[in-house]
Amino acid sequence: MKLAVRYVPLLLLALAWEAAARLELSDALPAPSAVLVAWARLARDGELVANGLPSLYRAGTGLILAIALGSVLGVVMAWWRPLHALMSPLLELSYPVPKSALVPLTAFWLGFGNASKVLAIFLGGTLPVVLGAFNGARSSDRALVWSARSMGASRVRTLWDVVVPCALPELLAGIRIALALSFVLLLTTELYAAQSGLGYLISFLGDEGAYDAMFAAVLTVAFLGFVADRLFLRLTRRLLRWRE
Amino acid sequence: MKGPRDAWAMAGWATLPVLALAWEGVARSGLVRPFLLPPLTAVLERVWTDAAAGDLWRDLASTLYRALVGFALAASIGTVLGILIARDRIARWFFDPLISIGFPMPKIAFMPVIALWLGYFDTSKIVIVAFDAVFPVIVATAAGASNVERELIWSARNLGAGTRRVLWEVVLPAALPQIVTGLQVSLPVALIVAIITEMMMGGTGLGAAMTRASRFADSPGVFAGILEIALVGLILVKGMALVRRRLLLWHPETLAEATVA
Repeated sequence: MKLAVRYVPLLLLALAWEAAARLELSDALPAPSAVLVAWARLARDGELVANGLPSLYRAGTGLILAIALGSVLGVVMAWWRPLHALMSPLLELSYPVPKSALVPLTAFWLGFGNASKVLAIFLGGTLPVVLGAFNGARSSDRALVWSARSMGASRVRTLWDVVVPCALPELLAGIRIALALSFVLLLTTELYAAQSGLGYLISFLGDEGAYDAMFAAVLTVAFLGFVADRLFLRLTRRLLRWRE
Repeated sequence: MKGPRDAWAMAGWATLPVLALAWEGVARSGLVRPFLLPPLTAVLERVWTDAAAGDLWRDLASTLYRALVGFALAASIGTVLGILIARDRIARWFFDPLISIGFPMPKIAFMPVIALWLGYFDTSKIVIVAFDAVFPVIVATAAGASNVERELIWSARNLGAGTRRVLWEVVLPAALPQIVTGLQVSLPVALIVAIITEMMMGGTGLGAAMTRASRFADSPGVFAGILEIALVGLILVKGMALVRRRLLLWHPETLAEATVA
């Protein structure tokens, strides 16, 4: 009930949208009811799954690679001064680079298949993960590290049992940024040039003039991004439960 | 004082020229095709010719115009909405669910829809930028403005300040650090989105120039685009950090920094 009351504004917005569409304010504004019907058709024809799977594969692979390389690099940077010295000017210069500039470059290197899209998502996602892991690991309590060492833990053991847990909150915050970025880069690469994927589906339907189906695809992607973020927050809370 | 820490930092910055030389060396060695990695000098030369021909300035002006106008819209709308959400119950009831759903959504998905309504020119690009960049500002402002110490507001009221004065002289300054943090998140978003819209919709702008270069297999053009866009991003982000210091001169965070340095 409380949930229903909370989302009344959304319902109002949908009603206003339906009214605007019924009044035919614009021929490029399909009514929400028509969009729902189009969505059901897309789902039944298997278009959503057929295009959703390649998208999931690209975003998932890019993101997993970014998390793997980024967290290792970030933690080692905090642990070993020379690597920090080597990397920090590079990171400082590359962090503010608008990540979307990578898309034409990777397309140029690897063509219009999966590899260029995975590379763009990987490159864009690595930076926030590195920074999260680095800031988290650097902030790990000196006293904890010293205690672990003096009680006979090896360097590797200390890294794993003390530094990594300390780094976890910030690392997860960095991964959350990478997750959001992966959706942006995925859509950009797929709208840019692709033969499959949800971004491709959106541009294909738009070119066909099937606006109700295009709206359905757009809303599906937006909703997936929202759900992915919420699931990740839930995972974060579970992983960090020991801190309370 | 120079210690081992400074020595490492210096060594770090020395890696940049080394990397530049390595890039040039690898590109000239024939290990990779020059098509995939043109020599750095060729890329710089390309930036130079673009600048001399005036193309660079035209594209730079379009990109900055779209990104900054979109950002200004996002900043003003976002601050007003954020404060409304924090201080007004009805506004909170209406906007809170919309923001909590809209914030984590990939707003770029709506680009084709907005392009459909508003066309492929500046207006639609600016609207897309503003739509994407407004959310971090709203969220940060709402968080900042709802955490203002009650005692401050009560004191101001007691001393006879009206609602408007309380907003201007208490709530806004108290929330300013968080508002500026929101703006610092939102500015790079504005630039990213401006470049995406240019890449997709063509016309002028650094993003469009890069797409053209990529489509015509003009590799120095692609790399020149990356360098130019990177530089713009760097300058905007550093500039925003300066603005933060300037705006928050009175704030303990700035004072603390000054004593350390």
